[in-house]
Amino acid sequence: MEAYLDNAATTKVLPEVKEIMMETLEEHYGNPSSMHSKGVEAEKYIKFAKKEIAKSLKVEEKEIIFVSGGTEANNQALICGAMANKRSGNHIITTKIEHASVYNPLVYLESQGFRVTYVDVDGNGKVNQEQLVEAIGEDTILVSVMHVNNEIGAVEDIAEIGEKIKKKKPGILFHVDAIQSYGKFKIFPKRMHIDLLSVSGHKIHGPKGIGFLYVKDKTKVLPLIYGGGQQKGMRSGTENVPGIAGLGKAVQLAYADFDAHIAHMYELKIFFIDLLNKMEDLTVNGIDGIDIENTAPHVVSVTVDGVRSEVLLHALEDKNIYVSAGSACSSNHPALSGTLQAIGLEKKAVESTIRFSFSRFTTKEELVYTVETLEQLVPVLQKYVRR
Amino acid sequence: MLYKVFLIKYAEIGIKGKNRYIFENALCDQIKISLSRVEGEFQIRKEMGRIYVEALSDYDYDDVIDALQHVFGIVAICPVKIVDSTEWETVVVETIKYVEEVYDKQNFTFKVAAKRANKSYPKTSPEICMELGGALLDSFPELKVDIHQPEVMITVEIRKQTNIYSVVIPGLGGLPVGTGGKAMVLLSGGIDSPVSSYMIAKRGVKVDAVYFHAPPYTSERAKQKVIDLATQVSKYTGEIQLHVVNFTDIQMYIYDQCPHDQLTIIMKRYMVRVAEALAEKNGCLGLVTGESIGQVASQTMQSMAVIEEAGNMPIYRPVIAFDKQDIVNIAEKIGTYEISIQPYEDCCTTFVAKHPVTKPTLSSIQKSETHLVKKIDEMFARALDTVETIVIRPE
Repeated sequence: MEAYLDNAATTKVLPEVKEIMMETLEEHYGNPSSMHSKGVEAEKYIKFAKKEIAKSLKVEEKEIIFVSGGTEANNQALICGAMANKRSGNHIITTKIEHASVYNPLVYLESQGFRVTYVDVDGNGKVNQEQLVEAIGEDTILVSVMHVNNEIGAVEDIAEIGEKIKKKKPGILFHVDAIQSYGKFKIFPKRMHIDLLSVSGHKIHGPKGIGFLYVKDKTKVLPLIYGGGQQKGMRSGTENVPGIAGLGKAVQLAYADFDAHIAHMYELKIFFIDLLNKMEDLTVNGIDGIDIENTAPHVVSVTVDGVRSEVLLHALEDKNIYVSAGSACSSNHPALSGTLQAIGLEKKAVESTIRFSFSRFTTKEELVYTVETLEQLVPVLQKYVRR
Repeated sequence: MLYKVFLIKYAEIGIKGKNRYIFENALCDQIKISLSRVEGEFQIRKEMGRIYVEALSDYDYDDVIDALQHVFGIVAICPVKIVDSTEWETVVVETIKYVEEVYDKQNFTFKVAAKRANKSYPKTSPEICMELGGALLDSFPELKVDIHQPEVMITVEIRKQTNIYSVVIPGLGGLPVGTGGKAMVLLSGGIDSPVSSYMIAKRGVKVDAVYFHAPPYTSERAKQKVIDLATQVSKYTGEIQLHVVNFTDIQMYIYDQCPHDQLTIIMKRYMVRVAEALAEKNGCLGLVTGESIGQVASQTMQSMAVIEEAGNMPIYRPVIAFDKQDIVNIAEKIGTYEISIQPYEDCCTTFVAKHPVTKPTLSSIQKSETHLVKKIDEMFARALDTVETIVIRPE
């Protein structure tokens, strides 16, 4: 049996997605900027994708910019959002559990004279809203909060946060990293007071190398890439038509039969956690005293006492079970996970945390097999540790 | 001007007496192998104590030089102009033409060196030098003679034909691979063992390699890293048989049965035993490691003596007295450093004790090893039975 439980890292491309991409590679391969009919054919795929995305978010098609993926979306939102608004101030607010593609652009902005406040989260990864609102000052221009945390699956109350921010200072840009949440949640930027929203294609069974940035109409953001002026100058470069077409199809499928998919994943998550709770020396992170429905449906973070995550990962791999280590760690240079530390895990626990992540195609059988395998492996691995 | 011929200079091979042809043939073979990765057709000729590489088709000059600079035994590579005549007037005209074609500006100091293989040639070597020097000065007024430290040394050799050259590109030196027997390298993934492989191969030794894999404690990426290292080293050593040994069971058994501060020493003794068995099977005459005195606890003289005792074969340690930085310098030169510093664990670091012994005694280690008698032979045999051998070729 094989169990791919690393869907928060990437997902398998769906056959329908592959099919539409093949069309753009083999038949409708024109440059969408070309005047002739080949160009028009290619452009139709872009229109299709924009329509699907706009529909899913209830926004205008013109508010969507296609980019190379989540990292580029976050970079443009933060760096180009801050630069475009630097006359209004130099202060940015974010949380302590952001992804590196948010964190590192902010580190860059700090080197360029911006000031960044990092707001605390509680033991379940929920952002401290009072602290966030309190931090808003005269010179605050941008707030960036991730919707779903990639390591523990914490869900932030984006609508609530958006409302509070705008109430205190309407001019602030509100950016949401929705890379782990889009396709798993219904996100409506207009109702949630979101100005900028980052999404990646390959987390929702689309291809790698494509994503989009939602930019609310009339929001001041600069381009990150300059060139031939495609996408109204907001993102130059010949459009990645195969990627965009594939993304469009993936979005269409993610939001078709949406409720059933999500219910299935929550059912899996509850089922899996119940099985894990029967095992000794295991702790599921980020669910302390809250309903599972208040966490992401697809992420389960588990700390296994006395086993290094990297070793457990390779032992599971040997049984065809694919997961992620909770932290990118190596023996010599432990780069400890920011999220796991922020929710209060000790260094030892951080090094012993692995992440399981589902897709809507994950089955109960796979999870049973996984738990059975864990029951076999954990006691053995606990015996062999560095002393 | 496109050179058609490269003159290959070699030093040590020249003094190997009656065995000389063996070394020359080995060098020709190695040159052939190295050039087989370069586009174009080449002929390698041995002629009166010289090796010539002749291009029979178009080729890329930089690629050829790069290929030749990866062959041990070559001291220098000289792109040479060949004139199919020894007639004096022609020699003078062609030498002037050569200087005109090879140098953009003829404004350097120079000296002519002449060599006659043909001793019945009507002019002596000093006469050739003087007259050619004069002819060059007449043709290029900005040239100056400097017989002590010339910027350019123009060599003219009168043989059956005339060779003219002045460009000398350094080679690696050493001896051609295959002339010094074969050895088994214990390749870890660190910085030192690839450098040791390179150094022993430089003395003409063909290398095989063994890597100890310990899944799940070491990852597929750690193994891939060793494959990448071997591939880089093979640019110099030629094809390498990489033997991947699954070491997990043995390692765990030692962990269960022996004192922890002795873990690394006992583990390494078993590595020596496994490597030796593989070496014998593959016709190797010794083991090679990247050990350097005092670098880690298992590389003190006491530790190495105890480790070495586990086997019978000689263990060669090319970097034994090198400082880390000196090893790093070589690793950077041969292109293994960047690969070695990727952060994947090898099986030696996984369970290393916080305070390992640095001065083990053989008797205490042997005593600990008696705890292993029950299962170790069976595990040892299984490790050898399940060896995966990967043939590594330069890319």
